[in-house]
Amino acid sequence: MDAYVGIDLGSTTTKAVFLDEHDRLMGFGITNSRSDYDVACQIAREEAEINSRFSILRRELKTHIPGEGHDLAVAWLYQKYRLAQHTRQLTALAATCRKAVDLLPVAEHRAPTHLLLEQILSEMEVEAVGLFKPGADARSDFFRDIAASTFLHLSEKKAGDDSKMLDRLIGTFDKSILQVESKSYANAFGEYIQFAADAVQRMPEFQVHQAAIQTAVKNTVAVVFKIINTIGTGYGRQRLPFPKEQIRSEILCHGLGAHFMFPNTRTVLDIGGQDTKAIQIDATGIVTNFQMNDRCAAGCGRYLGYIADEMNIGLHELGPLAMKSKKQVKINSTCTVFAGAELRERLALGEAREDMLAGLHRAIILRAMSLLARSGGVVSEFTFTGGVAKNQAATDALRKLIEENYGEMKINISPDSIFTGAIGAALFAKRDRKGDLIGVDLKALQKPVPSKVEGPVAKVQERA
Amino acid sequence: MIMQKKMIANHFERLSNTDKTGEKAVYTFVPGNLNELIWSFDLLPVHPEINALQSAMRKQSGDYVLEAEKIGHSEDVCTYVKSDIGMMRKGNIGPTGQRLPEPSLLLLSYTGCFTFMKWFELLKQEYKCPVVMLHVPYQADGRITPEMRFYVTKQLKDVVIPKLEEISGKKFDLDRLRTMLASSARSEDDLVHVWNAAKNKPSPIDAYFGGVYYIGPIFTAFRGKPECEEYYKTLRAEVDQRVKDGLGPITPDGKMHKEKYRLVVEGPPNWTSFREFWEMFYAEGAVCVSSTYTRVGGLYEQGFRHDPDHPLESLADYCLGCYTNRNLPSRVDIIAKDIIDFQADGFVVNSIKSCNSFSAGQLLMMKEIEKKTGRSGGFIESDLVDPRYFSAANIKNRLESYFQMLEAKS
Repeated sequence: MDAYVGIDLGSTTTKAVFLDEHDRLMGFGITNSRSDYDVACQIAREEAEINSRFSILRRELKTHIPGEGHDLAVAWLYQKYRLAQHTRQLTALAATCRKAVDLLPVAEHRAPTHLLLEQILSEMEVEAVGLFKPGADARSDFFRDIAASTFLHLSEKKAGDDSKMLDRLIGTFDKSILQVESKSYANAFGEYIQFAADAVQRMPEFQVHQAAIQTAVKNTVAVVFKIINTIGTGYGRQRLPFPKEQIRSEILCHGLGAHFMFPNTRTVLDIGGQDTKAIQIDATGIVTNFQMNDRCAAGCGRYLGYIADEMNIGLHELGPLAMKSKKQVKINSTCTVFAGAELRERLALGEAREDMLAGLHRAIILRAMSLLARSGGVVSEFTFTGGVAKNQAATDALRKLIEENYGEMKINISPDSIFTGAIGAALFAKRDRKGDLIGVDLKALQKPVPSKVEGPVAKVQERA
Repeated sequence: MIMQKKMIANHFERLSNTDKTGEKAVYTFVPGNLNELIWSFDLLPVHPEINALQSAMRKQSGDYVLEAEKIGHSEDVCTYVKSDIGMMRKGNIGPTGQRLPEPSLLLLSYTGCFTFMKWFELLKQEYKCPVVMLHVPYQADGRITPEMRFYVTKQLKDVVIPKLEEISGKKFDLDRLRTMLASSARSEDDLVHVWNAAKNKPSPIDAYFGGVYYIGPIFTAFRGKPECEEYYKTLRAEVDQRVKDGLGPITPDGKMHKEKYRLVVEGPPNWTSFREFWEMFYAEGAVCVSSTYTRVGGLYEQGFRHDPDHPLESLADYCLGCYTNRNLPSRVDIIAKDIIDFQADGFVVNSIKSCNSFSAGQLLMMKEIEKKTGRSGGFIESDLVDPRYFSAANIKNRLESYFQMLEAKS
């Protein structure tokens, strides 16, 4: 199957999208950008490929399982697939952690640390099974986040008052996770999906669909993706292993991506991790003007991250907390450092956290409004993209300010807005397909990173 | 380039020997400079902003700026000023490594930049030397009126010339001034010819990054001198030859490969990362066919020439006519006309953080130019000589996006 791939290497996350010959989106992949851009790029691409296969699997199952049944089957297959993948990574993590403990500088620390480590690892394996089921509260899609949260929680429990032991355990995890997350575990689609199919078929509600599931899985595994062209974009695009001709500015990609999702879009605002872009596009999605923040990333996604740290709460909790505000406090500074100081000062004066957060969200959007004005204002329809578009307090502040300044306007926010840049890149990949790019060596991307960790899926099956 | 280097070296050599020769230095600024008048009294002109940009190109300005901030100058003050003050504090060693003489006079011949006035106020305190100020009215209506010309000419007669006579101990020699102005006009003819060569495709020159070298002699200490005339005659012949041979501009990496985008640029360049900045253009095949910065020392292509028949009036017109003394609609017209005349694909504004003379109103100008020409503008931000304000990744990102936008639109 012919595919066009767009990759958006952002400062926080790396996104990939597969597009088919008929401009249909087949699959999305996302991973944290970590310190290794090449690996982030590869993993996002592989995730998008897996996701594309699940789209195919869904289509296959739809023809065999009537009604809503196929949706549930796919949901279970997906979760069991993730469990297999997660278990493989856990096995790798265990092996790496053990090696790290063997290398602890003080010999007498090793045995007691091993003892606790084994207890933690074993409980993590048990907990994992409960994490992967349809409708489960997914704290994160990333192995790193899931593993870190469980490991930390279990380490605290096991180490008790022994803070030095806790430090050793956390240190071991920190050293090991870097190695584990930098390896690709996604090139075993066939193996994982077979595990998932076997597990799902054993479930009473799917026993009647055994043959259908097997056939669909077999057909899905047999699909071979032929990548015709790949375009990279995003903050780290210079680091993508592509020739220069296959790299596009994220401004162009966001413009085209927003046009694809909402064809009547004329103005796009993207607030990402470290830059804010105000983009004007024409009726075909081509950029006609843009403005972006200068070297200071004040008022971008990172600003919210910093504020969350400052308040000792999670990034995703900021928006909901701000929504509880009854009275908005005016925050003067969008400078990350000054805002932190202002925050502490106001907390000391007795202001409520939610009121200050509402003020902070407004401050960010005010800064974005200035960029929008500089780029040529806001013209209907207006599309808001980037990680910050997921934050309801930010979108509410934006809606209000847009209405105050430009009147009523159609505002689009897609739940998939984080993929806007990657979608635009995939569309450019397709547009350029007839150019002189065919035949460009894409091996750097397509070659899987060999996984050195042994982790038989059989073991997973036994446990499941 | 070799000729220019030699001219500059000789001039700085002469400046460093004033304690032996007894020659006197007059500090003055490039926009609206009265170079011929200064030389006609055998005084030596020194241009502090040129020293600042030269220091930046030699990676010295960062330390100078910090030195000035140490004594209390705010981060927001024009970085040319801070580089100059820092250089002075560190022994007044000029860009060629030789000591610069203290000024015998500070000649402020253009007041359109308010910072210039404050700058000399500071230098006056440091050097305890006299200042003479020529008040130049702003072209608020976009034209020079006879009254404005009369007002400036009168100041030249009543204030500037008597002061120069007093400092030099010499009588004003009108004939000598006329001879120099005639020479200036010949250099100006040649320079305009060079600028117009960029109308060719491919353009034989880069009128911004290469352009700042071409304006070196005429904007600084040499206008009106025979070596300046010689320089422009040679440059004109070289550029004509490049047109004949169908060659594009020379870049620091040698020949430019292919002219992909033709641009007009508004605003001064960044000097601390000049080469890196230039590379962001030529590596993408972008050639600057015209720029406003290379007009700060005179808009000759609009027909102005120093005129030996009307010496003081033409000096007045020169001071009144410099680019930053033009109102915003005039600047819009200049850029829009260049975009059409030079067949540019678009224009880039480099907005300088610490230069209000240039930067104020640039976003409004952009919108107007886009409306007038139908070509899109690109907007980047940097600074003159403070290395802390050059964010290479950000500027590259914006420029690449802009070039790709031009490509997608074409």
